[in-house]
Amino acid sequence: MRALVELGLRNRRAVLLADVPLEDVDGFRQTVVDAVAAGWRLVAFLGMPETAETTRLLAILADDARGQLGAASTLVGESYPALTPDCPQAHAFEREIAEQCAVRPEGHPWLKPLRRHLPDHRAAGRTAVVLDPDVYPFFRVEGEEVHEVGVGPVHAGIIEPGHFRFQAHGEEVLFLEIVLGYQHRGVERLLETVDRTRAVLVAESIAGDSVIGHVGAYCGAIEALARSRKSPRAQAVRGIALELERLANHVGDLGAIAGDVAFQPAAAFFGRLRGEFLNLLMLVSGNRFGRGLVRPGGLAFDLPPAMADEMRRRLERLRTELEPVARLLFESASVQARLEGVGAVPREACVELGFVGPVARACEVARDVRHDHPYGVFRFAHVPVATAWAGDVHARALVRWHEVLRSLEFVLDQLAALPRGEPRAECGELRPGELAVALQEGWRGEIAHVVVTDEQGRVRRHKVVDPSFHNWTALAVALPGNLISDFPLCNKSFNLSYAGHDL
Amino acid sequence: MGLVSWTALAALAAVLLTAPLLPGIVVRTKSFLTGRRGAPVLQLYYDLWKLFRKGTVYSTTTTWVFRAAPVVVLATLLTAALFLPLDGRAAPVHFAGDLLAFAGLLALGRFALVLGGLDTGSSFEGMGASREVTFASFAEPALFLCFIALVLATGDLSLSDMLGAPLAAVWPRAAAALTLVGASLFVLLLAENSRVPVDDPATHLELTMIHEVIVLDHGGPDLALIQLGGALKLAIFGALVVGVLVPRAGLGVAAAIAALLVGLGVVAVLVGVVESVMARLRLTRVPQLLVGAAALALFAVILLLR
Repeated sequence: MRALVELGLRNRRAVLLADVPLEDVDGFRQTVVDAVAAGWRLVAFLGMPETAETTRLLAILADDARGQLGAASTLVGESYPALTPDCPQAHAFEREIAEQCAVRPEGHPWLKPLRRHLPDHRAAGRTAVVLDPDVYPFFRVEGEEVHEVGVGPVHAGIIEPGHFRFQAHGEEVLFLEIVLGYQHRGVERLLETVDRTRAVLVAESIAGDSVIGHVGAYCGAIEALARSRKSPRAQAVRGIALELERLANHVGDLGAIAGDVAFQPAAAFFGRLRGEFLNLLMLVSGNRFGRGLVRPGGLAFDLPPAMADEMRRRLERLRTELEPVARLLFESASVQARLEGVGAVPREACVELGFVGPVARACEVARDVRHDHPYGVFRFAHVPVATAWAGDVHARALVRWHEVLRSLEFVLDQLAALPRGEPRAECGELRPGELAVALQEGWRGEIAHVVVTDEQGRVRRHKVVDPSFHNWTALAVALPGNLISDFPLCNKSFNLSYAGHDL
Repeated sequence: MGLVSWTALAALAAVLLTAPLLPGIVVRTKSFLTGRRGAPVLQLYYDLWKLFRKGTVYSTTTTWVFRAAPVVVLATLLTAALFLPLDGRAAPVHFAGDLLAFAGLLALGRFALVLGGLDTGSSFEGMGASREVTFASFAEPALFLCFIALVLATGDLSLSDMLGAPLAAVWPRAAAALTLVGASLFVLLLAENSRVPVDDPATHLELTMIHEVIVLDHGGPDLALIQLGGALKLAIFGALVVGVLVPRAGLGVAAAIAALLVGLGVVAVLVGVVESVMARLRLTRVPQLLVGAAALALFAVILLLR
């Protein structure tokens, strides 16, 4: 643990890669397992080719209580003993490593393709494929009365593709297996190869509804490696844009949850109000989803005072319009009967598997990057962490409603007293041989970008971890024991990103 | 069996022509109450016109059962409508015990629809079929309890009398019981026509559907027959509700038909209001609602036996 702390890695503060401890496989494994047992959380676990035959495994860990980050690494060849049996948080990361780097985690209990693509971060001298993208062995429950329902990848609504396979006994779900990867675009490879003017556009396109979230984390990592310092004004406007994105999505999803239980009034009004928040993002950035605003070094353009006044006026009005609709949703008995007790995530599962964002906060696990690893404007303006305890659909909806109220307060406060400063600072060459981790609390939870530079200061490895990467497991954990007809409602209360997971 | 009554046939024609208006009224009511503009009231007519001009695609797993389903559904509903005294006097077809034939025809239509769904071999449609018949086994006893109450009230075994002049005569004495029957029938109307709180006709989520999911594979004219059947079923149940709650025996033929059509419109508005103020029930709670409807009818029976 001491080595993890002594490294001095923080959110958006780069360290020399040479300072990251390089242990033998068993030592590395022990370090990670011990740290997680002591309350650290696995933020990212990735592989990058080191020599022609070896791959360096790099684990990024976070101590949320102390706001510290740590890193550990090791060199492996064809295989290594999997961490998952002793550290379940690693299960999806190890499938990812097996798929991307063709390194086999021996003893992994659920070694199946994650995104179903060929290795794209394999050591140059190796040709093996560990996971055949065309072979996916589904889990099956046997029994006369058990039936299997497959949904997707093509769905009835205008949503992203993903395959859900239910093992059901009548209306009760026994097991849900989620197969993703249909949206795999090779985002990490693109971020490592294209030039920086294009990379920022790629970062904005990782998940269409988390533009500010991802581009903010991308810029945070790049700025840390370039030692670029943003002005307070740029930090504040980034914070405003991030919270507007959260507002638009939370409000839209509360409406969608109402729609899934056929509660028309809340669905209709929240649906309209979502548009109002998107229009505010449009005002700030020129795009309803916030594209084109955040750039390395700060902002592409400033937020003029007249615009700030206009935004405050609109937000004050929206606040008065939101409250009666939320009351309608949270105080209607017929709605409560549908939301309570459905799709509960046990708190232990949340701690053990490392879920993030509103999903974790709804099980009383107060994880919030803005609070635990503060950065930018959030070092000065604290947004209270909203939690609930039941872990069910209702708790997730409630957490999101409280976050709506707190984000509204935050944005209004920031707009009332925007600090001075140039919108954009210089952001030059990246320092060679360094590692930077940028965490950002997107509306779904923790977005992590891990960037490692090579000896020439080029990007050697760019790892993206979307909150959906952690939380898809939460949906699979929450569903067994529920009614199959409640799946869409559960799914909506998580509203995870397919593109963010598939990269 | 009585002589064919031409005024009753005219009433049936009027109901057939206006039935597709009812879903439009429901949608407009919902839109109005939730601050939206909503689809035109005539939307179902446009949809039917569009669908009837389309071709159909049949899955290779389906057989004649699948193709027969829409025809049987509409035919059974049309035949069932013949037993209703829509002009407030007598039905085109009536005989003692025709209420059994009426309920049997509705069941036959459901049977055909469910078989058609199962014929596709799709797991969704199997689930929908299972839900449809499960809930029907709760809805049918409730319907029969309503009929028993009406038989007890009027002393007749024909729908024409149960909903015609004899009913109007007993209304002053049996108002409480008949109101309960009307309420029970309204709940059955919501359940049988896959409306909120039982089903959600507006959803696109296959896993939550009951009725809609069984007809997912039907297209073109087949789907048009099913949608027309859906509108007709809403009108039939609406006519039962209106027939029990608003006796029209004393009115002239034209006035009785007009009163029925206005009554159907009011029922459609009520359905829209219900859909605007409450969420759908969890699927396992639906039988409780239907048992509740049966209990209402049972109280009516007890009141009439007193």
